[in-house]
Amino acid sequence: MRGNHVLAEAAVRAGCRFYFGYPITPQNEVPEYMSERLSKVEGGVFIQAESEVASIHMVIGASMTGGRAMTSSSGPGISLKQEGISFLSALELPAVIVNMSRGGPGLGNIAPAQSDYFQATRGGGHGDYRTIVLAPNSCQELANLTYGAFDLADKYRTPVVILGDGMLGQMMEPVELPPEVQIKKLPHKDWTLTGAKGRPSRFIRSLILDPFEEEEHNWKLMRKYERIIKEEVKWETAFADDAKLMVVAFGIAARIAKGAIKRMRDEGLKVGLIRPISLWPFPYKAIKELTKKVRHFFVFEMNMGQMIEDVKLAVEGNGEVHFYGRPGGIILTPLEISRVISSYYYQKRIG
Amino acid sequence: MKKVFSRPKSLKRIPFHYCPGCGHSLLHRIIGEVIDEMNLQDRIIGIPPAGCAVLAYFYFDIDMGEASHGRGAALATGMKRALPDRVVFTYQGDGDIAAIGTAETIHAASRGENFSTIFVNNGVYGMTGGQMAPTTILGQKTTTSPGGRKEKRDGLPINLSEMLAIAKGSAFIERTAVNSPANILRTKKAIAKAFRVQLEGYGFSLVEVLSPCPTNWKMEPVEACRWVDEVMAVHFPLGVLKDVTGDKKDDH
Repeated sequence: MRGNHVLAEAAVRAGCRFYFGYPITPQNEVPEYMSERLSKVEGGVFIQAESEVASIHMVIGASMTGGRAMTSSSGPGISLKQEGISFLSALELPAVIVNMSRGGPGLGNIAPAQSDYFQATRGGGHGDYRTIVLAPNSCQELANLTYGAFDLADKYRTPVVILGDGMLGQMMEPVELPPEVQIKKLPHKDWTLTGAKGRPSRFIRSLILDPFEEEEHNWKLMRKYERIIKEEVKWETAFADDAKLMVVAFGIAARIAKGAIKRMRDEGLKVGLIRPISLWPFPYKAIKELTKKVRHFFVFEMNMGQMIEDVKLAVEGNGEVHFYGRPGGIILTPLEISRVISSYYYQKRIG
Repeated sequence: MKKVFSRPKSLKRIPFHYCPGCGHSLLHRIIGEVIDEMNLQDRIIGIPPAGCAVLAYFYFDIDMGEASHGRGAALATGMKRALPDRVVFTYQGDGDIAAIGTAETIHAASRGENFSTIFVNNGVYGMTGGQMAPTTILGQKTTTSPGGRKEKRDGLPINLSEMLAIAKGSAFIERTAVNSPANILRTKKAIAKAFRVQLEGYGFSLVEVLSPCPTNWKMEPVEACRWVDEVMAVHFPLGVLKDVTGDKKDDH
């Protein structure tokens, strides 16, 4: 299946019944799939909205009623959704937001790039908030992480971002899809707006005029984020046991890097890989732990260097952090990366 | 003794924060009465805006979900599609609906989304201190149209309700006012009709309410009420702009 179809099917199987979107390449297969699929599911709602701004606010409306809701877009459209993501965070509403990112800034192009790392992990919207950010690197992981994203969003009442890219959305791989959840069996939400029948009326708002109350709301969010940091960090390592140099890469770049590392291993270079799967919360501790054995970190991204800032924060000066990246939608080959990393490896006399 | 007047059940016992002579308090009360009379309190969901009425959830004893500036129609779309058997209404000011939220509103109306909108038009951005609104009429002084709104500098005001009446998906659009007892009663009837239009599944319904803002208009409340009739209603004529239900004009 094609990545964008995998994502859409996994969302429906996770109980997503409300999809609101707007066409933008390279994610158009998501709304296309959803329009067909949700029309055949009981209670399924698909709307092609007039804008990304409208679609994220439709997500807010559906989420307020307790439904599992999703929207998807790519870079420029995600910029427009930032208002809604800030509101989702403030209102403590679950939602899944997909960014099949492309070259930027501005309109950029429609080729795969990872230039939205800052936007995804720092939040492009206003205010003190965080969003869980998951970065799959295969169609199978796209299915699994999307499926799990709805549970995470509900568990923490917070928006979850799936950060893919044009390549992941377009590539085709065999996938084992997760089973369909029974919506009625999902955990009860005791905060939804459904009409005040047999209970006191409720309201959901983000305007808190009293600074002391707003501060308390911020602390409440912070305590939630601390729980997420404690419980939801995901990463993966490969060839790490005897590695003298660790490549740090996420998403599709990690997949390419893995190919490069295999090539270098064949030549006897002790190179390993750590791949953050959750970009927020970032695996700071896991990388810090690696500094006990490894002095050299090589960050590879399909951008001009964004995640490298988190890697440096994780390394805390206990190692050298080197960077190689190409922005603009350039897809590197494992050969190119292996050459760059090997040359660094030999320059530093790591072996 | 027969009780002839009391606080609507669907309003909480909290005093309004609105300025003296402001139309919001009246309008809240009317909506509360309609909700009571139509027995909707346990199945209606309101969407307050950013603006003076942002705190509406403190006053209405119904479920309410706050929208960001201008996005009420999008939020209501998501909500109503998720819960088609509930009654959903947005409460929006002129800056909210006719400037920043124009796209959301026109498209919701065009899709025939089956919710209702109460559009409070007082011709200024009230909460932010009286700046020029999309509905500020020519010559009207605001903090950002010094010397009065001028066509060449500031452009012309928008008649949003007329635009929405053209939309094929809209079912009922009426413009009323809350500046006199007769107009208040008429507004109440229009709101009840809008909710009925929604209950019967006709599609998008909207009641635009011309509402005095003595504070930002720098007028006495009585003068502001008169100004609604004498000046505002000339630019924004009262009456039914669209009704697809087939009811006779004054039936509701």
